[in-house]
Amino acid sequence: MVALLEVNGLRAFYGQTQALYDVAFALEQGGITTLLGANGAGKTTTLRAICNMVRTEGRVAFDGQPITGRATESIVRLGVAHVPEGRGTFTTLTVEENLRIAAYTRGRSAEVKRDLDQVFEYFPRLRERIQQQAGTLSGGEQQMLAVSRALMLRPRLMLLDEPSFGLAPLIVQEIFRILRRINEESKVSMLLVEQNAALALDLADHAYVLETGRVVMAGPSSVVKNDENIRKSYLGY
Amino acid sequence: MEQLIQQVASGLANGAIYACVALALVMIFVSTDHINFAQGEMAMFSTYISWQLIQWGLDYWIAFFAAVAISFVAGVLIERIVLRPLHTAPVLSIIVVFIGLLAICNSVAGTVWSYLIKEYPTPFPKEVFGFSGLIGAHQLGVVVVTLLVLSLLFVFFRYTPLGLAMRAAAQNPVSARLAGVRVDWMLALGWGLAAAVGAVAGMMVAHIVYLDPNMMAGILLYAFAGALLGGISSPGGAVLGGFMVGVLENLVAYLGNAIEKGFGVYIIGNGEKLTVALIIVITVLTLKPSGLFGRVVVKRV
Ligand SMILES: Nc1ncnc2c1ncn2[C@@H]1O[C@H](COP(=O)(O)OP(=O)(O)OP(=O)(O)O)[C@@H](O)[C@H]1O
Ligand SMILES: [Mg+2]
Repeated sequence: MVALLEVNGLRAFYGQTQALYDVAFALEQGGITTLLGANGAGKTTTLRAICNMVRTEGRVAFDGQPITGRATESIVRLGVAHVPEGRGTFTTLTVEENLRIAAYTRGRSAEVKRDLDQVFEYFPRLRERIQQQAGTLSGGEQQMLAVSRALMLRPRLMLLDEPSFGLAPLIVQEIFRILRRINEESKVSMLLVEQNAALALDLADHAYVLETGRVVMAGPSSVVKNDENIRKSYLGY
Repeated sequence: MEQLIQQVASGLANGAIYACVALALVMIFVSTDHINFAQGEMAMFSTYISWQLIQWGLDYWIAFFAAVAISFVAGVLIERIVLRPLHTAPVLSIIVVFIGLLAICNSVAGTVWSYLIKEYPTPFPKEVFGFSGLIGAHQLGVVVVTLLVLSLLFVFFRYTPLGLAMRAAAQNPVSARLAGVRVDWMLALGWGLAAAVGAVAGMMVAHIVYLDPNMMAGILLYAFAGALLGGISSPGGAVLGGFMVGVLENLVAYLGNAIEKGFGVYIIGNGEKLTVALIIVITVLTLKPSGLFGRVVVKRV
């Protein structure tokens, strides 16, 4: 079987500084994989490298097709939706406009309408705030909006960068419940970056651990979760 | 009283032109943080193109729309070819490019069409029923045309997917890319629209100030003042600011005349109206640095 996303020998650079060293991993179609690691390990950079948002070397293939060196917006249009660190809200636009931006790449207005309804079914709170300026949403609502914006692209793969960041436990639970539904109902594969390892390992089926820009550990979530050594030395709980 | 109304009306006509140029400046500013100092000279050049087409025998309105279309394409090309390689260049380099563009437009126009002042036609009928005493036919036409252009742009930006994508690209380019928007093209499109709106302003004002390669210099200054007054980050504010500056300068002149008539002392007249209008704008900006309708820009570092 062809992996949905295959990453080989991935190196990434900020100016002269190298942030990733030959990172390699593969995602299965339909699965949820988590990328764990301490602050500065290179998790965000890995997601950025997949979408060509940093200077990158190596090989990234999406659905068997090499995407290295393609423009970010073209990669997105292939079906890779990136929910970025910091949520990337269009603060001066309304909630509805935030969601409709993605529609511009799609054209078909009937489909867009259906997808909007689907998104509001996942996150009813957004429907109530549809005409509100997005910058005035709470952190949790902005995270929901970010996930929804990604969904409006009809992605096959979602890259999620710390969706739990700065949110109260109840909201985090709600968002993670919806992520699971999205994965199951809409058949969206996910690559989930998290600080909160326990939470991520519950949702994901596979896990990779990064340390200073290198993959140091990989395996099924259940194994990683129950291995005390890994937990102590890499995940810190 | 009638004189006052006349002054306000002609102020609105001038203001309409400042509003268009102000909007062109803001359209580029919101997506690049730069003021295109060449905006006025580009508009002047577009006006010469329409003049040339009219000389060749084309109908005014055909020449008008042709010049708008040519300006749009030229704007897009300038962005793609000249400015695109400079996206990451330091601010000063970009300013130098703008000034270079300004000088090139000016000297090419001067070389091709000479620096002699030319008459420029008006497409509007001589007499306007009912209003004839209060506002000139051309002035009324200018207000109508610019309001039409501004409404079209409003509808485009507010209600079309492409307009939304352009606003998104200006507001948050990184997120826009992640939504699949081709941000580079949106920038180029913004340049095209700005050039087109500038062309309309140039063709409308040329009948009033006459056509010459330096005709936009003062207008750019007023438009810039209008944009700042309304809030350089707010398109709607810039339009209002443009109109306000237009009315303000005429009111200043009117007041000066009234004082001279009433008290026999000359304080301000037509010659000083620009200065006084700018002093008022500066005063407002000192009190409200982000303009009347602008948002306070918070930069995260
Ligand atoms: N814009 C940047 N410019 C220069 N260096 C950067 C930049 N962004 C990240 N880095 C560096 O790259 C390395 C990896 O950073 P990255 O943001 O990928 O870490 P992370 O695993 O996402 O951490 P966190 O959990 O804190 O978000 C770090 O050493 C960081 O300092
Ligand atoms: Mg990070």
